[in-house]
Formats: sequence, C-alpha cells, structure tokens
Amino acid sequence: MTYLAKPRLHHPSLTVNKVGYTRRDYEGKNSTLCAGCGHDSISAAIIQACWELDIEPHRVAKLSGIGCSSKTPDYFLGASHGFNTVHGRMPSVLTGANLANRGLLYLGISGDGDSASIGLGQFAHAMRRAVRMVYIVEDNGVYGLTKGQFSATADRGSKSKKGAINSDNPVDMIGMALQLGASYVARGFSGDKAQLVPLIKGAIGHGGAAFIDVISPCIAFNNHAGSTKCYDYVREHNEAMNRLDFITPRSEITTDYAPGEVVEVVQHDGRTLRLRKLHDSYDPTDRLAAMNHVQTHQARGEVATGLLYVDPDASDLHAALNTSANPLNALGNRELCPGAAELAKLNAALRC
Amino acid sequence: MQPTDTANPAYFHKVVDCQWACPAHTPVPEYIRLIGQGRYSDAYMVNWVSNVFPGILGRTCDRPCEPACRRARVEQSNGEHPEPVAICRLKRVAADMKDDVSRRMPKPAPRNGKRVACVGAGPASLTVARDLAPLGYAVTVFDGEAKAGGFIRTQIPRFRLPESVIDEETGYILDLGVTFKSGQRIESMQALLAQGYDAVFVGCGAPRGRDLDLPGRHEAAQNIHIGIDWLASVSFGHVTGIGKRVIVLGGGNTAMDCCRSARRLGGAEVKVIVRSGFDEMKASPWEKEDAQHEGIPIINFHVPKSFEHSNGRLTGMKFDIVRAVYDEQGRRSLVPTGEPEVLVECDDVLIAVGQENAFPWIERDSGIEFDRWGLPKLDKTTFQSTLPNVFFGGDSAFGPKNIITAVAHGHEAAVSIDRLLHGEDVRRRPDPTTNLMSTKMGIHEWSYDNDTSNDPRFKVPWAKAEMALASIRVEVELGFDAATAFKEAARCLNCDVQTVFSAPACIECDACVDVCPMDCISFTVNGDEPELRRRLKAPALNLVQDLCVSGMLKTGRVMVKDEDVCLHCGLCAERCPTGAWDMQKFLIEPTQAGPMCRDARKGSRAPEVVA
Repeated sequence: MTYLAKPRLHHPSLTVNKVGYTRRDYEGKNSTLCAGCGHDSISAAIIQACWELDIEPHRVAKLSGIGCSSKTPDYFLGASHGFNTVHGRMPSVLTGANLANRGLLYLGISGDGDSASIGLGQFAHAMRRAVRMVYIVEDNGVYGLTKGQFSATADRGSKSKKGAINSDNPVDMIGMALQLGASYVARGFSGDKAQLVPLIKGAIGHGGAAFIDVISPCIAFNNHAGSTKCYDYVREHNEAMNRLDFITPRSEITTDYAPGEVVEVVQHDGRTLRLRKLHDSYDPTDRLAAMNHVQTHQARGEVATGLLYVDPDASDLHAALNTSANPLNALGNRELCPGAAELAKLNAALRC
Repeated sequence: MQPTDTANPAYFHKVVDCQWACPAHTPVPEYIRLIGQGRYSDAYMVNWVSNVFPGILGRTCDRPCEPACRRARVEQSNGEHPEPVAICRLKRVAADMKDDVSRRMPKPAPRNGKRVACVGAGPASLTVARDLAPLGYAVTVFDGEAKAGGFIRTQIPRFRLPESVIDEETGYILDLGVTFKSGQRIESMQALLAQGYDAVFVGCGAPRGRDLDLPGRHEAAQNIHIGIDWLASVSFGHVTGIGKRVIVLGGGNTAMDCCRSARRLGGAEVKVIVRSGFDEMKASPWEKEDAQHEGIPIINFHVPKSFEHSNGRLTGMKFDIVRAVYDEQGRRSLVPTGEPEVLVECDDVLIAVGQENAFPWIERDSGIEFDRWGLPKLDKTTFQSTLPNVFFGGDSAFGPKNIITAVAHGHEAAVSIDRLLHGEDVRRRPDPTTNLMSTKMGIHEWSYDNDTSNDPRFKVPWAKAEMALASIRVEVELGFDAATAFKEAARCLNCDVQTVFSAPACIECDACVDVCPMDCISFTVNGDEPELRRRLKAPALNLVQDLCVSGMLKTGRVMVKDEDVCLHCGLCAERCPTGAWDMQKFLIEPTQAGPMCRDARKGSRAPEVVA
C-alpha cells in the first residue's frame, strides 16, 4: 500500500482505446492492501482486460462481499458502478442487479472466505442458475484480515505461517463450478498476467456464468515454505493446460500456429476463443473430461491453470426465465403497466 | 543484455540528467531540495563549491542542464508545454536569498611555498585560484582590466547581470589570499616564465571578435563595430549611444546581447540578421525569446553582401536571400533563392559573428606548441600544454564556449597543477567522490519529498518593459520570490534519489509493475538491447537513456527498468513487500584539487567518467 496517490503523469507513449480512454483511466483509488498483495495484480489484470476490450467504464457494475479481495473493486474502474454487499452475499445481490439491468457487464469479486465459507451456498446457486457474470475468486487460502487462519480453500497438510498443519480438506471451487454448471471455468495465477488477462477477457465476452479461480498469494500470512498458495509453490507446480488468445470476430489473426496446436471455440455470439494447446489430450469443451483432468493433476499435487472448461453454447438466467430483452429501466409506462385488459388475460390463462 | 553494473559511478550519475549534462557536474537536485527547504545559504554553498559563481551563473548560464532535465520528458503528452525545471533561475534564488556566507568561505592554509600565475581574471583563472589558494599556494592573477571577472564583466550587459553580483563573487575568491595584479596585461610568456612561477595557468579567453571583410567595410568603418568590443565599451561606459536604426549580424548569444543593448542605447529599430535559419542559430532559445520579447525582429536566411555608404557614412547593408539545402549526409549548404538582393537601411552595424583565440603574447619558441587553428596543443583531460608546467583553460583552451565550461576546465587544471607540484603524474585522475544512502525513514516515509508536483513551469517575473528598455542598468528579470521558488523547486523529480533493485530479494509479485505510473518497469525474458527495448511494458525508444537490467530471477526472467521517464516517486519501493526496491540518494562530486586528488590519499585510475 502507499499513502501517496499514484501521480497523474503517465508515459508519453500511452495510447487511448476505441472508446477514448487510456489504460490509466481504468484505474481506481489507491490500494490499501499490503505491499505486494496478489490482489493488486488481479486488479491490474482487470484494468488491462477492460482497456483492451474497449469497455466503457460506466457500463460496468462491480460487486463484492467482505474481505481483502472484496475491497479491491475500489482500486480499479473508478468510474464504474459498485456495490459492496454483506459478507458472502455478492452472488444474490448481483443476481438481482443482473435481472433488473441486463445491459451492464457484471464483475463479481470475491475471495476464498467470502465464497468458499460464508458464501458457499450463494456461490453454488449463482453458478447453477447461470447468472451471466464474471465471478472472480481471489484465492489466497488464508484469512488475511484476521491474521492468517486457514481458509476453506487451504490444502490439507499445508502449513500456516505459525507452523500449524491444516487437517481439513479444501473446498474445491473449480470442481464445484464444473459440477454446478458454470459454462466458463478457468484458473489463473496473480503472478502470471500474460495468462490471466486473456482469461478475464474471455470471461467478459462469455455468455453465461464465468468463474475464474485466481490463486493470489497473501504476502503477509501465506507466502512461506509449506504453504501451497505461495509464489514459489505455485510457480513450481503450475501446469498450464493451454494459453488463451481472446479474439473477437473483427480482429485479425497475427500469430502463426503449427497445425494441431490450436483449438478454436466459436461462441454463440460469433466471438472466437483461440487456445494454444499445452496438453495434447486436453479438450476444454468436454465437461466430464475437464473434471477428470483437473482432479488428476490435483491428486499429483499440481495446480492446473488455464481455460479448463468452456461451453460455447452457453445461455444464462435471462434466457431460462424468458425475461424482457430490455433492462427494466429502459421499459416505458406501457410495458410496465399494460392495463386491466392484459391483467384479465393473464388471470384467465392461469385458471384451470 | 548483461546485468547493469550500478557500482560504476557513471551509471547512477547518468540518471541524474542535469548533473551529467553540467560541465562542472553540480549536484543540482541536492541544492534544489535545499532551496525547497528554505536553506538558501546551504544551497548557495553546494553551488559555490562546484561552480564557483552561483549568482552570476544563476542569471547567465548557458544551462546545459535544462535541455537535459527529465521533467521536460515526463511532461510530454501530459501537459500543453513540456518544460524542464527552471534550474538556472532557482540557482539565482539561492544566491539572492542567502545570508552572509563570508564566514563559510575556506580559510587560506599556511603557504606551501609554491607560486602559481593565472593569466586573465575570467572564470577559468578565478576557479584555479579558488581551488589552489586555500591549499597554501601563492596564486597571482594578472588581468589587463581594473577589476576581476574577464568577459563576465565586459561582455554581459548589466541589464542581465548587475555589477554588484560580479563584485561579490569575484571578491570571495580574491579574499582567499589571492594576489590580483589589475591593469597588468601579460605581454610576454617568456617574461612571465622568467619570474619563476612553479606553474602557469592561461585563462585569457578568446578575445578577438571576428570581422566581416565585405565591400564598404573600410569606408564605413566609423559606424561598424565588432560586437564584443562594443559590448565592453558599453560596459565601461565609454559608449552611451547608438544610431536609431541598427543591424546586428550574427546568431549567437553575443548577438542577442548586442541587440538588446542597442535597444537600450537609443536603437529604436534594431534588427538581428542571420545567415542560417532561425532554428539553427547558436543562441540559446530563451535568449532569442528574450530579444523577440523586446520587439527585436530576427531575420534569417540573409547572407551579408556589402556595406552601403555615402560620404563616409554608413547608409545600409545589402543581403542575398538563401535557403538551406541538405545533402545525403545531412550537411547543410545555403543556396541563393534567386530573389533579388535586399537593401536594409541602417545607421550602425554590430558584427557578432564569432570570436577567435589570439595568443600574440606567447612566443612561438617558448616550448608551447600550437595546432593549425592557432589553438594550444593540450591534453584534453589534464589541460597541460607541451610545456609541462603551463596549463590552459576556458575559451583559450579549445575555443569559445561558456562560463560553466570555463569553470569545469579550471577545476581540472587545478587538479593537474596540484598533482604536478606534488611530483605526481597529472594523467592519473582522481575518482569522483560517491555516496549512496537509503532515504527510507519509515514504511511510507522518505527523507525526500516523493509526491510529484503537477505544476507547469513557473515564469520568472520581468521588470516593466518601459522601465527595462529605458536604462541599460535596470535588471530585466526580477527572480523568483520565495513562494514561487518553493513551488518551482517542487517540480524537481529528485533524480538523484535512485531506484536501487536487489534481484535476490525479488519475489516477482508484479507490485512495482502495477503501481509504476510511468510503466518504467518490466519483468521479461532477457534479450538483445534493441529487441528488448521494443517489447517492454512501454517501449523504451529514447536510446540516450539506459536500461537497468537485473541478474536472472527465479523464474528465469530479468527485471528491466527504463530510466527515461522515471518520476523517482518511490512508489515501486513503497509497494515492494520484500525491500527489493529501495530509494537511495546518490551523491557524486568530482574530486577537486587538494589531498583527496593525490595518490598518497586515494586510489586513482585512468579517467573514464568524462561527460
């Protein structure tokens, strides 16, 4: 953290994107997290992704719960809408917001405490209802704000800063997301932005519930030998399944790939996800295989990262409920109050 | 790229752009901080030790530091007019606002029995005297004029530099026990050598103004003046007027002084006419601005052809109009445009087209050899001539430059003389004194103000035009007041507070990359410099500025920092969880004459830090 605001001055070569903003325009307030916190890197990755995708900041709503991770929406997209909910309740508040105004891009920012402990039920239902959102869990395996107790995602056998060994089994959020029907499931690492930024971009463009588990080392309480969420451990055990280049229909393809090296996933809106394979046998559109694969790596003590699963034909809650195509705030009096005749018709339809 | 060797004093020195560009390597950020703290006397003494004439230079310096200043680069595409810190004018603040510093001046040491003669009392000679007199040398300074200062006194008009400032600063030196023989022009080197001085320093300047031998020059001689001679006559009060219509020929700073002086002595219509294009003129941009500000037009691409006259009086000048043509090597030639020649009517002409060295008083058989341009053959670092105990410096060494260069020469020549007279090899040069110390005071506290100012450069107030133009003795620039000086000082980025990186401590968390406002820091795989420069977080296209490359990190990558537009705000160090970044103040001072420059006290090596 720093006391000083980041100086306004920027690099002379800084450019604006298609909507007229520089990357710096997507920043937020000064971070008050500990120096070196992985969460700040995730904020930087979100800033980069939004800038690259030419997203208008006022068309974004960022929601979060309680915790170190849930403070971070204050540190990016300062010109966007924000809502800091009760602990663990981000998914339901976001679901409501999404139903009311489907025109915004929803970023749900949470942590391992907020989503895997107090908010586990909320997380589960948002995933199974396919709320269209980017659900980012900033996962450090520790309760940082209360000084370093194991969180629900801490691996069994991992060691706390004080030397205690964790005897509980971890909540596997990737496994749960896959089971519960999330249609975009990825894992990233705050120390690898080259991988993380495209994963976030892919999630932003995705048409359904997109879940990203980002391992984000806690410098203050969980970056020591014996921890499985520290920089060194994650770097040593990181198994990237693929590298994602997020490509929109308009952008030209500039990278040359050897044949067989690439999987292209065309999504329902025509956007293409271009994946460079790092594991030959890995098919990211096969949910069952993905679950298997991730579990296999996990059993070996490896951390599977990359885009683990994507359903190209994802749909969302609005489609399931057949809601209005327009956000509620865009509906006029006539649509909201169709009159007594329409009510009578509706009532008649419900009589047996 | 190989890991950067930051232990080489030249590396961090180069990061301090202003100090690197200054011929005397004055520690600029150091004294600007002192000005910001209101410690004007301390700021003055930091200057005085390094450049000897802070009050004079604070008004007249050629300021090579300012075009080098990082502030102008970081303001690019951030403000309307990217401008450097007003370093020169802040120096003047220190000089104007200081208390009495006479008691801080060095005390002469007991005489060491060695005698040194300095020829000329200009900045180079006075610097030699200032460096050597406190060490116990008996220094005698000879000058043809009544008062010390040389061209500082005769050339620079009073409206830019009041005489009281010259008296004060030359006085500090003469009060160190220096013998000043005024009114004694040295007419013979052999006669001087015969007086048995242990060493002689020649700092007599480039005293001959170049003439223009064009038709009519002889006939109209009465109204045609050599610029530097005319300025000297004005300075001494021998000349108090000039015709109404004046042409100044030449595009250097002397021409600017001539035209502005003429404007004050009755020249209602003064024009500067130059051969070259406006942008290629030798004068400093601010001096051109100042002249134009006073309503003096600068007419370019006019080549003088003849002086027109009737009945022995000058009536005007004829010019050919040319344009600049560049060949494939980028060499310029001036080609006539074919337009008819132009007649510009005038009453007087001032010729300011350059100066030349002249050594008629040095006998060619005295052992001092000269090259084919008439300049003495010198060792470029020791300033020693072919006669081992005779040294040259200032304009007389390598031709006309400026005051601060003369001061730098003086320091080096003083080191040479000190070593020579201690029986040591003058070619072995002393290392500079360097100091690197952390500025960390607490988690978010540094011993410097790291909050970057967003203010654009402040303008120095001027005297009202009608007052300034009415008299040649009214100083035009009024100097900053204390409040403005404080704000201008805050614009300094403290480039001497270095971002020092320790690769073993780094855990590659990216915190510094994310927080750096200028995108200076990248973690990437190593590569060749040209290729590496292109793929950093922000492209490093200013090739003059170094990349700082770390050793290999745990992931096999390296940290690369582009020094170009770093704000030295210290946010990288504040965000670093492991202290891999630290903000450390780097102070480098060239070693001056005295015990520290001699072998007995300090290890020496061949010179390599020569900017």
